[in-house]
Amino acid sequence: MWGLETVGSALLTLALVAVAVALSLYQGLDLEKDIGVAVVRSFVQLAAMGYVIDYIFGLESLGAVSLLLAGMVGFAGWTSARRARGVPGAFVVAAGAIGVAAVATLGVLLLLHIVPPTARYLIPLGGMVIGNSMNAASLTLTRLRDDIAEQRLKVEAALALGATSRQAVAPILKTALQRAMIPLIDATKTTGIIFLPGAMVGMIIAGADPLEAVRLQIVVLYMLLGSVSIAAILVGLLSYRSFFTARHQLRTAPLER
Amino acid sequence: MPKGKITAVVGPSGAGKSTLLRAINRLVEPTDGEVYLDGEPTSAMNPLELRGRVGMVFQLPALFGATVEEATLYGARLAGRSADARRLLEMAGLDASFGGKAPQSLSVGEQQRVSIARALALEPEVLLMDEPTSALDEAARRRIEDLARGLNATLGLTIALVSHDLDQVERVADCVVLLAGGRSEGEWGREEFFSGPGERARRHISGRS
Repeated sequence: MWGLETVGSALLTLALVAVAVALSLYQGLDLEKDIGVAVVRSFVQLAAMGYVIDYIFGLESLGAVSLLLAGMVGFAGWTSARRARGVPGAFVVAAGAIGVAAVATLGVLLLLHIVPPTARYLIPLGGMVIGNSMNAASLTLTRLRDDIAEQRLKVEAALALGATSRQAVAPILKTALQRAMIPLIDATKTTGIIFLPGAMVGMIIAGADPLEAVRLQIVVLYMLLGSVSIAAILVGLLSYRSFFTARHQLRTAPLER
Repeated sequence: MPKGKITAVVGPSGAGKSTLLRAINRLVEPTDGEVYLDGEPTSAMNPLELRGRVGMVFQLPALFGATVEEATLYGARLAGRSADARRLLEMAGLDASFGGKAPQSLSVGEQQRVSIARALALEPEVLLMDEPTSALDEAARRRIEDLARGLNATLGLTIALVSHDLDQVERVADCVVLLAGGRSEGEWGREEFFSGPGERARRHISGRS
C-alpha cells in the first residue's frame, strides 16, 4: 500500500517541516514558533473540515452547504479585519465584500449550469473563492490604510483645494486595488507553465482525465478573477469612507497606530 | 484676523498652530468655538464651498498632475471653473515656460510657488500658509516671503501664516497671534509684539524647540 491510506503515514511529511524548523533555528529567523503553530493549526483545521465535509456530503442538504460557506465567509472577514487593525468597521466591510463575491461567482456558475448544485462542487469551489477574496480584501485594506497614513499631506492638500474624500483618495485607491489584483492576474498568466494549480493537481492525482482537470481549472481561474475583483472593489469603495468624515475631513485616529 | 492683513500665528511646537489653520477651512472640526469668514459662521457652510474661498499652502507642495499647468489648475477644475494657468504662475513669480514642465523637475521652492498659484486659481478671500518655507533654503524662503507680501499688497489678500521663525514673522506679518497649549496668549500689532511679548516669545519658543 502507498502512504496516504492512514493519518500516520501522511504525518511522515513532518520530516520536511523539520527542515524548515532547522533552517529557522540555524539562521536565527525566529520562525520556529510560527511554523509550529501553522503545522498544528493546519492539521486540526483540515481534519475538522474533512469530517464536516464528509458529514455534509452525507446530509445532501443545500442548507447545510450554505451554512458552512457562511461560516467560512465570517472567518475570512474576521481574518482580514485583524490584518487591517485600526480601520473602523473592517470586519463588516471585509465579510460583506467576501460574501457578495462568493454569492455572485457561485451564483453565476450555478445559473449557467457550469457546475451542479451539490456539496461536492460548492464546498471546494466556495472555499477557493472565499480564500482568494479574503487575500484581496486584506491587501486592499492594509494598503489603503498605510498609503493614506504615508501620503496624508497629499490627501489634505487635495481636500483643501475642494476635493471630495473620494477625489482626494482616488490615486491611493487605484494603487490599492492594483496591488490586490496583480498577484492573481500574474498567477493566471503563468498558470500551466510555472505551476500547476492545486485543483488540477488534485484531480490528476485522484485519477481524473487531465483534460477534464484542465476544464475545471479554467472554470476555477476565471471564477477567481471575478470574485477577487468584486471583493477588492467592494472593500475599496466601502472602506475608504471610514478614513473620512461626512464633511470631507481626514480622520487621523485610524492612521495613528 | 483682520481683513487685508497678514497675521502670523506663532507658538511652541504642539501649541495648536496648524490645528488652528485647519479649523479655518474645516480640515478639522473645531472642538469648541466658532470661526467666522467675513461675518459668516463657517460651521453653517458646506466645507467644500468654504475651501473654495480659503486657499491653503502646506509645508511641502504636494502637486497633482503630469505638468505644472495641470497642477496649477487642479482645484479650479474640481470646482468646474476655468482659470488662466499662465497668469496664475506669473502672479506666483514663475514665467510661462514652467507650464509644460513636470512638477518633480522643479526645485522645492519653485514647486511651492506652483502650490501658491494653485491656491490663487480659486480666487480665495483668505490664504492659509502652514510653515510654507520650513523645507526651503534661505534664498527660496525670502522669495516666498516677498511673494506673500506682494500678493497681500496687490490683491489685498488676507493671509494667515503659521511660522516658527520669528525673524520671518518680523519681516512679513502685520499682526501676531501667540498660541500656547492650544490657547491664545494674546494678539498684537507687529511693532507692539516685537517691542514686548515678542522678546519673551523668542526665548520661550527657542527654548522649547
